[in-house]
Amino acid sequence: MAVARTMSAAKKVILPSLVKKYLMAGSGIILVLFVLGHMLGNLQFFGPPEMINAYAYHLHHLPGHPVTLWIIRAFLLACVVVHIAMAVLLVKENREARPQNYAKQGFRESDYAARTMPMSGLIIFAFIIFHILQYTVRVVPEHYNATIGQAPVEVSHLQLEYFDVFAMMVKGFSSPVISIFYLIAMALLCMHLTHGVASMFQSLGVRNEVWRYRLKCLATAYGCFIFIGFASIPASVLFFGHGKAYLAEKEAEWAKTPAAEVSVIDAQAAHTQFVTLNEGR
Amino acid sequence: MDLHLRVWRQKNSETSGKFVNYELKGVSEDSSFLEMLDILNEQLVEKGEEPVAFDHDCREGICGMCSLVINGMAHGPERATTVCQLHMRHYSDGDTITIEPWRAKAFPVVKDLIVDRGAFDRIIQAGGFITARTGSPQDANELLIPKPIADKAMDAAACIGCGACVAACPNGAAMLFTSAKCSQLNLLPQGQPEKDRRSLAMVAAMDSEGFGNCTNYGECQAVCPKEITLDFIAKMNRDYAGARIRHFFGKAI
Amino acid sequence: MNLDSKIPEGPLSEKWTNHKGHNLKLVNPANRRKYHVIVVGSGLAGGAAAASLGEQGYQVSCFCYQDSPRRAHSIAAQGGINAAKNYQNDGDSVYRLFYDTIKGGDYRAREANVYRLAEVSNNIIDQMVAQGVPFAREYGGMLDNRSFGGAQVSRTFYARGQTGQQLLLGAYQQLSRQIGLGQVKMYNRHEMLDLVLVDGHAKGIITRNMVNGKIERWAADCVVLCTGGYGNTFFLSTNAQGCNVTAAFRAYKRGAGFANPCYTQIHPTCIPVHGDQQSKLTLMSESLRNDGRIWVPKSKEAAEKVRKGELDPGAIPEEERDYYLERKYPSFGNLAPRDISSRSAKEACDDGRGIAPGSGLGVFLDFRDAINRLGENVIAERYGNLFEMYNRITAANPYKTPMMIYPAVHYTMGGLWVDYNLESNIPGLFVGGEANFSDHGANRLGASALMQGLADGYFVLPYTVGDYLGRCGIHSAGKTKSDAPGFSEAEQAVKDRITRLLNIKGKESPRSFHQRLGHIMWQYCGMARDKAGLEKAIELIPELRKEFWENVKVLGEEAELNQELERAGRVADFLEFGELMCRDALMRDESCGGHFRTEHQSAEGEAVRDDDNFAFVGVWENQGDDKPPVLHKEQLVYEEVKFTTRSYK
Repeated sequence: MAVARTMSAAKKVILPSLVKKYLMAGSGIILVLFVLGHMLGNLQFFGPPEMINAYAYHLHHLPGHPVTLWIIRAFLLACVVVHIAMAVLLVKENREARPQNYAKQGFRESDYAARTMPMSGLIIFAFIIFHILQYTVRVVPEHYNATIGQAPVEVSHLQLEYFDVFAMMVKGFSSPVISIFYLIAMALLCMHLTHGVASMFQSLGVRNEVWRYRLKCLATAYGCFIFIGFASIPASVLFFGHGKAYLAEKEAEWAKTPAAEVSVIDAQAAHTQFVTLNEGR
Repeated sequence: MDLHLRVWRQKNSETSGKFVNYELKGVSEDSSFLEMLDILNEQLVEKGEEPVAFDHDCREGICGMCSLVINGMAHGPERATTVCQLHMRHYSDGDTITIEPWRAKAFPVVKDLIVDRGAFDRIIQAGGFITARTGSPQDANELLIPKPIADKAMDAAACIGCGACVAACPNGAAMLFTSAKCSQLNLLPQGQPEKDRRSLAMVAAMDSEGFGNCTNYGECQAVCPKEITLDFIAKMNRDYAGARIRHFFGKAI
Repeated sequence: MNLDSKIPEGPLSEKWTNHKGHNLKLVNPANRRKYHVIVVGSGLAGGAAAASLGEQGYQVSCFCYQDSPRRAHSIAAQGGINAAKNYQNDGDSVYRLFYDTIKGGDYRAREANVYRLAEVSNNIIDQMVAQGVPFAREYGGMLDNRSFGGAQVSRTFYARGQTGQQLLLGAYQQLSRQIGLGQVKMYNRHEMLDLVLVDGHAKGIITRNMVNGKIERWAADCVVLCTGGYGNTFFLSTNAQGCNVTAAFRAYKRGAGFANPCYTQIHPTCIPVHGDQQSKLTLMSESLRNDGRIWVPKSKEAAEKVRKGELDPGAIPEEERDYYLERKYPSFGNLAPRDISSRSAKEACDDGRGIAPGSGLGVFLDFRDAINRLGENVIAERYGNLFEMYNRITAANPYKTPMMIYPAVHYTMGGLWVDYNLESNIPGLFVGGEANFSDHGANRLGASALMQGLADGYFVLPYTVGDYLGRCGIHSAGKTKSDAPGFSEAEQAVKDRITRLLNIKGKESPRSFHQRLGHIMWQYCGMARDKAGLEKAIELIPELRKEFWENVKVLGEEAELNQELERAGRVADFLEFGELMCRDALMRDESCGGHFRTEHQSAEGEAVRDDDNFAFVGVWENQGDDKPPVLHKEQLVYEEVKFTTRSYK
């Protein structure tokens, strides 16, 4: 019939809708697992400063260093890119598929988290950029490499001097603005995960009516767990002054012997020494 | 009871529409929602105004023709109920009721509250069937189907193709409809020979009709008058993935 | 009028096999694509016929008035479909199904057709299972059956309470496959408004595109009508809102005989009418009668108290309840055939013992005993969806209080006259499903409508249509064009009629006229009819029709989607057709099946047939506007069965 024909001018399909969903869910799983690992690692912040500093040292000196780290970073970045690309496609196509909205749409099933996935995702993305600039590249809001000195770490019974990650974290979270931004971002991440984790099972076809509610609870619990884990760090600094005494002590120490970029080179030298030592065993 | 109605009026698919307000008096609470519209139309005819066009046929909740969004809710406020089975006792005197057509790009408005759901037919035409030539197939009881499988297939087969799932989905996605038919046939032993082909073809047809993508809101399930569950979407996701992989390695089709 | 039934020679059980095996002509597969077949209607019969003919290789165009072929009203059948499989080991056979159908139809159906129906019933089940219809299964994986009214065996296959839907979707899927393959062209939202004859053969139709109002001509080598029944003549019925008689009636106007129009089935288990705003009656599946017990209070006083809401039906003690079906028909009890069951309900209500609030027109269908015996879970599993539906409509809970039911118009056994090949007296015009008259006689048994629709569509028409095309010969294939004489005249007539309807600009809506016609029909041509009433109706209907054509108000324009215009056209035909029904009912001066003349009843109120004078099919031939139609008779000859008085006691 006439109307049917005019509208059946088939839409050009860039990627089958289900493939988009698989990519979304697949990249989501990687990121969900990364977030968990990242959080568990960071909880070492509540141990002695040497603990997280040693952890940071190990992360930067994985077997196959430095290629391994860059492969992992590239892989995670790829996941983020895929995740975002799919999100952009989905949002664009889904808006096109509903050109006109209802006077007032009623909702029965979907929660706020589900309906705000694009927005929470966007803010989380902005947060990730900030986060990397702050603690990985260490250029925002200040050049930590210039302001933070070294601290002793013990690696395989060897005493080394390495960049003081603990001090950097304390310094970073001492700023209420940054801490609150982190708290908000983590809350959004929690929300994003409560929908995302349950949803990825559905997208990959491993969910049914019985498990739907269980997975929803599990996803909510997971989101909250991640939130508590991550949020505890800025919160402890901001509200309980965790590590501030240590930072003050260290800053006083560095003021006496100003440390510069050299420290990194030192650390690398130390590593070479460490590897040699290990090989010698 | 007396009601204030806000009804979407649109001359045809080319023109744009708008809401028009009507006052309606003396509606019996035993009337169905569509009977309430009948009364409105009789009053409009009396006044010489053109009556509101809306799709309806069996009025017993099975043909899937009726398609109204009432106060933002496809098929109205009651669960597992089509508009034609919705009764006015769920409203109170003086209520304002907003009535709109299904809204989705793949379901263009034909007139007023009538939309074109031909896209659904084309999805079925692409693969929503079992190729079984008319003639004398094997005796029906030679094919044993475990009761749970038959029941599950029946759960999916209960779909009336009304399109409420698309209407309720903020993405205008047709996953619940497509997956219900796809899963019904994929579950049954008769449907196995064409399983991969069916999954691929139906999803391809669904995509090309301009429906949105599923983002697992679950609104479709909540408004489905036949309470078809997201299980079938999960099943289609699974079947399609398998089909894709086999297709990639050249085993399918 | 040529009413040669063309029943093949030979013993009853071999007629169809021989007929399709060597009588019917074949068309070479390579030549089939040269023929064009029009199928109007996409329900079980039409959908299945279009799919099968397309599959055979003919070019098929299929038309329906709904927005999709999947919406045809076959979808609403709830209970099930009969087949003589004897899976339950209770002694069923093709013969028994045949015999039950003839007997249920009160000996007014054509023997050979009914036997064929019973014969192909088994193929239908096989076919539908192969297509993926999820019939109910037992735990062992085999098909389950239930029993149904009018039979003493369990031969009904079902898919929850949605058997019609599942079967229709099965046929729809096959049709869709052919549409996808390009063998069938589907025209949704097209309404057939006239039949076109070329040299006396049906060679095309005129349709109105219901979206843009365009009147179009379609030429073909033959036309198959599967356009359903005419229950909506009564305004209130269980039919879908759009069901209409127009296609069949237009064929009648073009010379096709209309057989037994007065045979109307009143279904016993519908939800009672609630008020004058009602647009349709809702059927509760007859399967409910398997476990539900039908009763009214023994005393009028108790009934009145129940009507006024002063007495809770549950509080009425056992000895004050009248389980009238069990009392009157002990061997069939609540499973007595539909016509008997309906009439008994009417009698109880006429006696002042009806229990529906207001009108009193209602009786109880009570599950109390079944729930006590089987538990609520079993009942919920069997009838859960029906109980929910009842609850949605009436706001009452059938698990706690008995349902209220009352008979309503449900199915029409009459239809266009067809021979054994389902071809009408107009060559090239085939009629299948409810639209023909052939298989149910004066009353249809439960779960037989689906059987007949599919039998016609899958297993009869694909053979007999091919036979007609073969007889026409390959030289004529595809030769009829839409500029042939007949098309322009028919098109003009359709256009004139529409213009006329739009230009009356009267005061009353088509719906209101329809409602008024419905009142006349229900009152004088409903469950019980008599001479005086029918004569009255034959006076009233032409008056109403005259008023309609002077005072109907059809708003909107021609060239747009116009539901008022659609309705007006249909009501105009109902207004003529209703009169034909009454004439037929008046002519048939006997009671049989669904046709109950109060003059002809036994002392106990049972229908009394007159086999000597009325064992014929009454076929009406149109004589033109405002001239009474002429009756022709096809004598019913029974070779196998003997006339007996139906007894369900």
